[in-house]
Amino acid sequence: MTSLISRSFARWRYQPRLRSLIPFAMAAATLAFTAPAFAADVEAGKYQAVLGDCRGCHGKDLSGGVTLMTPFGKLVTPNITPDKETGIGNYSGEAFRQAMKNGIAPGNKLLYPAMPYPSYARMPDNDIAALWDYLKTVKPVKKPVNVNQLRFPFNLRFMMRGWNILFFRPASYTDTAGKSAAWNRGAYLVNGPGHCSACHTPKNPFGADKGTALTGAALQGWYAPDLTGDRQAGLGAWSVKDIVEYLGTGRNAHSIASGPMAEAVENSTDQMTASDLNAIAVYLKDLPPSRGNGGGGTGVDAQLRSGRSLYDINCAACHGRDGKGSLLFPALAGNANVRQVRADTVVRMVLAGSQAVATPKAPTGPGMPSLAWKLSDGQAADILTYVRNNWGNQAPAVSAETVGRIRGELHSGS
Amino acid sequence: MARVLPKKDVVIMGLGWTGSILGEQLTAAGLNVVALERGPWRDTATDFNIGYMQDELRYAIRKDLFLPPALEAMTMRNNLSQTALPMRDYGSFLPGHGVGGAGVHWNGHTWRFWESDFQIKTHLTQRYGAAKLKNLQLQDWGPSWAEIEPSFDKFEYLCGVSGKAGNLKGQVQPGGNPFESPRGREYPNPPMRMPYASTLFGEKMKELGFHPFPLPSSNMSRPYINPLGIRMGECSYCGFCERFACGNYSKASPQTTVVPVLVRRSNFELRTECEVLKVNLTPDGKMAKSVTYTDRNGAELEQPADLVILCGYGLMNVRMMLLSKIGPQYDPVSGKGTVGRNYCYQTSAGARLLFDDKHFNPFIGAGSLGMTIDDFNGDAFDHSSLDFVGGAGISCTVTNGRPISNRPTAPGTPRWGAKWKQATKEGYQNAMGFGSEGSSYPVRENYLDLDPTYKDRHGRPLLRITFDFPDNDVAMSHYISDQLEKMTKPFNAKYAAVGRLKKGWDSVPYQTTHNTGGAIMGLDPSTSALNKYLQSWDVPNVFVIGASAFAHNAGMNPTGTVGALAYWAAEAITAQYIKSPGALVRT
Repeated sequence: MTSLISRSFARWRYQPRLRSLIPFAMAAATLAFTAPAFAADVEAGKYQAVLGDCRGCHGKDLSGGVTLMTPFGKLVTPNITPDKETGIGNYSGEAFRQAMKNGIAPGNKLLYPAMPYPSYARMPDNDIAALWDYLKTVKPVKKPVNVNQLRFPFNLRFMMRGWNILFFRPASYTDTAGKSAAWNRGAYLVNGPGHCSACHTPKNPFGADKGTALTGAALQGWYAPDLTGDRQAGLGAWSVKDIVEYLGTGRNAHSIASGPMAEAVENSTDQMTASDLNAIAVYLKDLPPSRGNGGGGTGVDAQLRSGRSLYDINCAACHGRDGKGSLLFPALAGNANVRQVRADTVVRMVLAGSQAVATPKAPTGPGMPSLAWKLSDGQAADILTYVRNNWGNQAPAVSAETVGRIRGELHSGS
Repeated sequence: MARVLPKKDVVIMGLGWTGSILGEQLTAAGLNVVALERGPWRDTATDFNIGYMQDELRYAIRKDLFLPPALEAMTMRNNLSQTALPMRDYGSFLPGHGVGGAGVHWNGHTWRFWESDFQIKTHLTQRYGAAKLKNLQLQDWGPSWAEIEPSFDKFEYLCGVSGKAGNLKGQVQPGGNPFESPRGREYPNPPMRMPYASTLFGEKMKELGFHPFPLPSSNMSRPYINPLGIRMGECSYCGFCERFACGNYSKASPQTTVVPVLVRRSNFELRTECEVLKVNLTPDGKMAKSVTYTDRNGAELEQPADLVILCGYGLMNVRMMLLSKIGPQYDPVSGKGTVGRNYCYQTSAGARLLFDDKHFNPFIGAGSLGMTIDDFNGDAFDHSSLDFVGGAGISCTVTNGRPISNRPTAPGTPRWGAKWKQATKEGYQNAMGFGSEGSSYPVRENYLDLDPTYKDRHGRPLLRITFDFPDNDVAMSHYISDQLEKMTKPFNAKYAAVGRLKKGWDSVPYQTTHNTGGAIMGLDPSTSALNKYLQSWDVPNVFVIGASAFAHNAGMNPTGTVGALAYWAAEAITAQYIKSPGALVRT
């Protein structure tokens, strides 16, 4: 499943307080798990699976087997259908809660934080109980999965103990006073089940978050863009309505979701309720501009001249000579993906191509062709430098070396 | 023995234009539909990559997207006295293959046949008397214009046709086609932007007193969102339409207008590389119960269904009916029987003009980019003193300036060497042309049946085409060539040549893929295989959709009418048949 190569350990995310590894026992929670499953709980749990994007990693039928290429080696996602032998059919509700909130599977097996338990830890026990009720109703699939294919020493699960001590801060979500209900719901969704920072927050060498949340991060040949209010590289120019449209349909006037975000839209956000999408948008629009991203155009004149003529020949038929795109193809003018400090995503798109997500509300799913066979590293760099510094865009020039590096990574399949 | 699969409500053979429209309409009505497509899955993003789609050698010369004759060939002859021989390669016409069918590689000309076509016998008899139609098997199609017009509208809005209305609810509109039948509303998109050659043609035709208008085009003049929510891009005038798929999402095809929605429906299933061998009937032959097909591994399977809809290319629909004994074979000697009757083609001619000092820039092209006059089409002109009926649309389209095929040179130019190179250099910017798309009217001796000798790889007889251009159509075409001669005069070209049709249809050089008839709709079960809803008179749970249902071919491209018939039949099924299965027309 190379389409998922971007799902890396970088999806880990974590909160700011040390805690002991001893699982906390909660009598109230246990009560919730012993209650019989009502249809309403199953429906509610199904929606929790949407919010948590379970299918993004565990597959449409939740039977796992999806390979996540991480900087530490291969992880294959487990089968979470109720099959007793190969799935989680033997789990108790409490065992499921422990896995979701503390990253501990039965037998005291420590999960790798590619499973975003540090985010899921913020989910209320009621919601986790509903999710468990739902998971018990999906069709059991007998499919053994060899999960741990990481390189030594990362394949040693006990090492996660140290990681948890250093980086895992379980905390339930508490509302921030003075903020609206929508804002608080959005903050919960973004930082809790939605685990947005798994991709969009910069990571340290251990794959844990560092710096300011949601300011953009490179992962496996893509650059998950800045989601703060920065006007150049973030969502500063997007309205709440724009964000809702993007998450609900996979596209808006500024951009189209492709790559890893296409999967997030298809498996999760396009099934979220209008009020939840609005809450996410309200919260994101309130994030202060990062100031550190985007910034100065440094294109060499010759590069811009060459880039312009190459752009007109290779790109303008879809994206327009004015960079404004159309109802179908994304605009490049004002497109935050184009203006990130790191050009990984756009280099990758030019070299490897990409296909936009198709959703019920925007079913076309247009494709961007691979141009690797017809553009040299220097030509691709010139086009991107031109695109990144034209029509009001400003971003650092792209070098032929950067294009060559990403071309090499694509060839090696990382 | 074929393995029997769980029953479905509907099984569709073929997922081109008609199959995808029927699939969409019937799944929207709640039916469980499975489509069996002989060719591969094909999708714009993955199979029609804009990075390599403009490969003229691969697609136009080596015909990468078309039906390989090894999968299904046909035999042909000009008349009953000859022995038909198989076409070893498709030449005269090129059937499509795979998801999207011929809707992938077409140009996008999207015409409506006229009210006078649907009532052709009544209309011509009233105007000229019955004697005028002797030797022709012209007959009325069934639906009235008021009935069929909304179906044209649906297809045009699905495709996002770019054009200019010429007759809005009876009011003739300036700039449109004054001869078209009344339409309920304007086209969804404005006309394409015209290149120089077409503009020049329009000006000259206006000077001659004719009525030029922009050819209705399923190439997008602007970005478009169709009623299913599917988005299309603006045409870039790249000149790679016919024989190519569009990598820009700018040419309407099943892929760019229906399939993305259809394949998401949970009550729809598509099985590709699955070839239908036969429709199985009940022992009394009065109902279809299933279809037998082979899958990509060669396994034989039987798919039971309540409703069988044949949506293959027209010729293949006819063959499937004959192989399955759905309706009686037409006999050209006795004139009895219905399946195979009224096979028609298209009757074309063209003019080429060469100048010294023009810059036509033919590389700025699109499949349906041009100006047309219909002053000599159908019955738009008086045939009282003429020895034929029918006519032709005359268009100046600029489709391409592709390097392999587009090498216009003056007559007498060597075919290779330095002089040829010099002539192609001069001719490239200086050549233009216009051509006629002429009607083809049915005669008793043109028909389709199963070949007695040649078989396919499954041992089934091939389809046999018996066809030659009828005297009526040759006379029509020569009259049109006379008009083309006159039309070339005001251009003051250095050189002008007009083609003239000859008797003796030749299946080798490409002419047109507009084969029609063989399973025609009509009002009388003794002269038509289908009733006016495209339902078999003989096996009422079989519908047969496509140009196979045309009772004659008019002087315009067929796809617009094929699309309209698909919506028309779908509506009959959803509004009438589902509620009360059985014959929709009682005899």
